Amino acid sequence: MRRGVAVNVFGAIVLGLTLLAASPAAAVLPDEMLGDPALEARARALSQNIRCLVCQNQSIDDSNADLARDLRILVRQRLTAGDSDQQVLDYLVKRYGDFVLLKPRVRGATYVLWFGPLALFLMGALGVALFLRNRRRAVAGGDAIAAPLSADEERRLARLIDDGDRDI
Amino acid sequence: MRRLLYILPLAVFVGVAVYFAVGLTKDPRLIPSTLIDQPVPDFDLPPLLTDKPGLKTADLKGEVSLVNVFASWCVRCRVEHPLLMRLAKDGAVPIHGLNWKNKREEAIAWLGELGDPYSRIGYDLENKAGIEWGVYGVPETYVIDREGRIRYKHIGPMFEETWKDILEPLIRELKG
Repeated sequence: MRRGVAVNVFGAIVLGLTLLAASPAAAVLPDEMLGDPALEARARALSQNIRCLVCQNQSIDDSNADLARDLRILVRQRLTAGDSDQQVLDYLVKRYGDFVLLKPRVRGATYVLWFGPLALFLMGALGVALFLRNRRRAVAGGDAIAAPLSADEERRLARLIDDGDRDI
Repeated sequence: MRRLLYILPLAVFVGVAVYFAVGLTKDPRLIPSTLIDQPVPDFDLPPLLTDKPGLKTADLKGEVSLVNVFASWCVRCRVEHPLLMRLAKDGAVPIHGLNWKNKREEAIAWLGELGDPYSRIGYDLENKAGIEWGVYGVPETYVIDREGRIRYKHIGPMFEETWKDILEPLIRELKG
């Protein structure tokens, strides 16, 4: 029994370490790779930001789809032909649209996407600031705590406290 | 004024909720083409068949036509094929084929089995023209105007309604 538990724990640790060590599998096949390591590294970096249009939430570097392979080869051809990274991306965007980029470009249509969260945060911050300022002013002005309880209120309060002892 | 301020979060929430609700009704697999109203990209494809010409940019100038991307391994191409056959028989509009990432003998066998509605067929095994056109799946159908510009892209199989509601009116308008 004891031993079983120990084996389980050991198994869990091994599994955990294995999962930690696993990096996302790249789909790049050896025959696609470029001989020049610097160029290949650029191609890999670029591919990781290009969306596979078939699987959509994978980059072409991750995807096994046939079209992703075509695009990986295309990226490498363009780089070999002397294109800059930007030129390769422009080439793809011209044909497939902004959607092909996993990181959308900053432009008119994407301002809401890029700056919307910041705008919401600022609105929230403004709301909190106004709220705090109002409260501080109310406290300083004394209208929240200065008015003492009337005799009637004192009596009601005492009764409530007594009731609380009995009932609950 | 104060009340307005309290309603603001609710208003923002409703706005965002409506925005997302509309977004959910859209199909994320439909990626709008960047080539709409642009001239047909430069390409030149060899013929698939020995007795029918291939397809290149210059072929698409001069008359309104359809370019249909197809492959024998594409199940949904079978769905729209009878419609293409009928359009070809009626002579409604010339239909050019772009045979995409397909083994030659399989494509030929497929056309032999189902019929060949195309007036020209470009053979694109290596996705050369496909990338130029921004093809990302089959079937896709493009409407080309007289000046050789892409006017419309239909993604997925064409149905009777697609033809009647979208393509036919557009083609009639383009023919003027």
